[in-house]
Amino acid sequence: MKTGRMLLATALVALFAGGAQAQVSVKLGVLNDRSGLYADLSGEGSVIAARMAAEDFKAKEKGINVEIISADHQNKPDIGSNIARQWYDQDGVDVILDVPTSSVALAINQITREKNKIFINSGAAASDLTGKQCSPNTIHWTYDTWALANGTGSAMVKTGGDTWFFLTADYAFGHALERDTIAVVEKSGGKVLGTVRHPFPGSDFSSFLLQAQSSGAKVIGLANAGGDTINSIKQAAEFGITQAGQNLAGLLVFITDVNALGLQTAQGLVLTESFYWDLNDETRAFAKRFAEKSGGKMPTMVQAGVYAGTLHYLKAVEALKDKDSAKVMAKMKETPTEDPLFGKGEVRADGRKIHDMYLFEVKKPEESKGPWDFYKLVATIPAAEAFRPLDQGECPLVKG
Amino acid sequence: MFELLGIPPQALFGQLLLGLINGSFYAILSLGLAIIFGLLNIINFTHGAQYMMGAFVAWMLLNYAGIGYWWALLLAPVIVGATGIVIDRLFLARLRDLDHLYGLLLTFGLALIIQGLFRNQYGVSGLPYSIPPELAGGRNLGFMFLPNYRGWVVIASLAVCLATWFVIEKTRLGAYLRAATENPTLVQAFGINVPRLITLTYGFGVGLAALAGVLAAPIYSVNPNMGADLIIVVFAVVVIGGMGSILGSIVTGFGLGLIEGLTKVFYPEAAATVIFVVMVVVLLVKPAGLFGRTA
Amino acid sequence: MASVSERMATAPTTRAAVEAANLHRAIFIAIAVFLAGAPFLLYPVFLMKVLCFALFACAFNLLLGYGGLLSFGHAAYLGTASYICAHTAKVWGMPPELAILFGTAAAAALGFVFGSLAIRRQGIYFAMITLALAQMVFFFSLQAPFTGGEDGIQAVPRGRLFGLIDLSRDTTLYYLVAVIFLAGVLFIYRVIHSPFGQVLKAIRDNEPRAISLGYATNRYKLVVFTLSATLAGLAGATKAIVFQLASLTDVHWTMSGEVVLMTLVGGMGTVFGPMVGAAVIVTMQNYLAHLGAWVTVIQGIIFVICVMLFREGIIGVIAKKLKRPL
Repeated sequence: MKTGRMLLATALVALFAGGAQAQVSVKLGVLNDRSGLYADLSGEGSVIAARMAAEDFKAKEKGINVEIISADHQNKPDIGSNIARQWYDQDGVDVILDVPTSSVALAINQITREKNKIFINSGAAASDLTGKQCSPNTIHWTYDTWALANGTGSAMVKTGGDTWFFLTADYAFGHALERDTIAVVEKSGGKVLGTVRHPFPGSDFSSFLLQAQSSGAKVIGLANAGGDTINSIKQAAEFGITQAGQNLAGLLVFITDVNALGLQTAQGLVLTESFYWDLNDETRAFAKRFAEKSGGKMPTMVQAGVYAGTLHYLKAVEALKDKDSAKVMAKMKETPTEDPLFGKGEVRADGRKIHDMYLFEVKKPEESKGPWDFYKLVATIPAAEAFRPLDQGECPLVKG
Repeated sequence: MFELLGIPPQALFGQLLLGLINGSFYAILSLGLAIIFGLLNIINFTHGAQYMMGAFVAWMLLNYAGIGYWWALLLAPVIVGATGIVIDRLFLARLRDLDHLYGLLLTFGLALIIQGLFRNQYGVSGLPYSIPPELAGGRNLGFMFLPNYRGWVVIASLAVCLATWFVIEKTRLGAYLRAATENPTLVQAFGINVPRLITLTYGFGVGLAALAGVLAAPIYSVNPNMGADLIIVVFAVVVIGGMGSILGSIVTGFGLGLIEGLTKVFYPEAAATVIFVVMVVVLLVKPAGLFGRTA
Repeated sequence: MASVSERMATAPTTRAAVEAANLHRAIFIAIAVFLAGAPFLLYPVFLMKVLCFALFACAFNLLLGYGGLLSFGHAAYLGTASYICAHTAKVWGMPPELAILFGTAAAAALGFVFGSLAIRRQGIYFAMITLALAQMVFFFSLQAPFTGGEDGIQAVPRGRLFGLIDLSRDTTLYYLVAVIFLAGVLFIYRVIHSPFGQVLKAIRDNEPRAISLGYATNRYKLVVFTLSATLAGLAGATKAIVFQLASLTDVHWTMSGEVVLMTLVGGMGTVFGPMVGAAVIVTMQNYLAHLGAWVTVIQGIIFVICVMLFREGIIGVIAKKLKRPL
């Protein structure tokens, strides 16, 4: 609080001193995984995305001085919260961006609220960020488990995949993903034939896959993440499960995972994302510029979310000529969002950013025209249906 | 879970077979540990990292030199075994007269270095390594679909384990080895170069770990962390078996694979811990381990 | 371990031992004075982290340096206490002092059970068994519903000490942590220099001899194991209150390795070594955090250097120069 007020005071001083051309300095901290499992889907790419947002916005010409720093939270909540405390207490960071690991994101959510700063999350899956643990200081931009479960679950049932078997990582995250998806599947008229909980992290999934196979379910839902998902998909191919007609539904799969698996193994996998570089002319233009800076890699939806979130934040700061957390948050929520990557949308009272979600199917190797040409668009889930309804999240901010 | 309790015997066979496959890895790894322990009296904490190196060397051979699986099966253990020999000459040889716990600490440090370096270079998402075309596909055994490659893993590891056992228990070289374990001074007096024997043994044990890594590469993703957690399970396997006999470590490895396989069917939540539970029970009943000599 | 025993004075009756005791008293006072002034110079959260790990390392050293038992699973006690403390403070709404007490008691109970199992074997087997048991605790912490899996237990309230003193200010909490730390290390110091500690050292140096002298060595080992686990738990519980978080990092085997490293760097079997070692390692981790995975590599290199060239550790070397046990 104290530092916040002090910074506000300096900002005001700068405002008067600067005369007509108002000067606001903001410091953005991109906190994500730079060495571990999520380094490819967030990592340096998210920093590039944040920089591109500041450049595209022409922040300097508009009198906003943007400084961007970054750090590696190593996917551990203790390390992440240490960095966040230090950033807020000592380094004068105003906004923390990205944070792809749910456990770390929940910790940063707490600290940001305590220190009254702003947290724009892009990479984390936890739907609690805008549910039970929602905070007036947090915006959750790109996706969450509810949206993924909803997209994949309902779409699969609609296309005939009405019996499910779940392969669930045996810890809090896996359980949550399984629970959300079961709710969607049953609501859409599907049936769950069984679930099996596998140790996390696991390396051999063959035993569980055989159990899934003998259940006779049409769809095997993978309620796990990262290396577990990759290994499950690989071994399902090895044991001929996909060839025998059962479908795999990845509940948390990113384009980087598909890249690591290769199309040969991943083909036919159905998944939900909120952004794909090859959606329209605007996303392709962005992706092309991004790839030039990132050594040829295409942006992931997480990196796209960092770009769009930074843009929306800078718009609010420009409109207010001020970076007071409460005011900026209010401005961000009342202004509809618009950017080239996610189109039009809004930030809800609970902090949830709303936009369309897309259901993709991974192409067969012969359908792909080149590197990163991975997805076929199966369905678009309109923004209004894509996310958990405002009144179902148990977010205390909504009741008021 | 209840419908699984009435699991048909056919499906059970399938699960047991899968358990046996996982047991193959435990067996080769605990065999390597047992051989190293027998002669050097240290627990090789680097074993997991060397298993990982085996998989990575296979991957590198393919991607940098175009050398395929079958040659990798031979070359990777030799290459990684050679690094083991370097480690022994540079570090372990200088610790021989000290408390054996220093060997444990040293190999722990080395494991951190090796895993960290690979993590920096290759990330942790894992690298793809395909099943060799000769072993692609699978056959229907009636009770399950068995990928050919998995069948190969069981056969290959059984062959390697038995060959190792034969060399150590039945040949002249093995006799020197066993004698050097019991009384190095006496064996030295017979004109055998014991320090060289020890170094080569370490290299061989490390080579076994690398071989397991190559075998694992096409099934699991090639990943810098692949050995880190596995090695702790193998430690438990070693405690259960006791370090008494070569055959003991092989039998324990396969046996625990089976037990783990059954757990995955009947109580999958405990699949990660069942080996540790077995370890506790064995410690209570037979502190020296199933095949162990006195503690 | 043999090299440790050579350096240690055995009976506190000689003149040199009295001098050593005086020196130790002076050092403890110096530490207390430093701790009182430190938060004015350094970031209190960082200091608290160092103190928690220093206590953890001292607890570990009690077992390794004086009991001669290398446990590779001490994270289990640190982590268990931290989870139990966080749970009692957050879910049951207990005041911090009771939460810390509960956490410590849980670690003590776990230490007793695991200790009874592990002391059935010696040397390398002992290390492997403690490691395997700790891995069980890790899997339990991952799966049990109350630990929150990967999320851990977050937003643990710091609360009011004895219902009176508000601990939400970092400096206030810092002094509580400093007091806990000093109490912990002084207790360890007392144990080492008690008759119990003497027998312990005798067992460490030559167990058969101690048995032949009529000591029930297993009982001594079990007591020191439980004590060490308890104090490690005290460190873990305090840490949970400081960071308002109990997470899987605390129960993972890398944490067990880190405490071995801290003790090794500082000097095992010395009174002050583990504190110095903890300070060095925590500082290093803090300032090199931006290097990510390289930190692991650097820790590995330090491990290797310590084992190959520097087995006595920082304080061990100084003690040798001064010709006094530290």
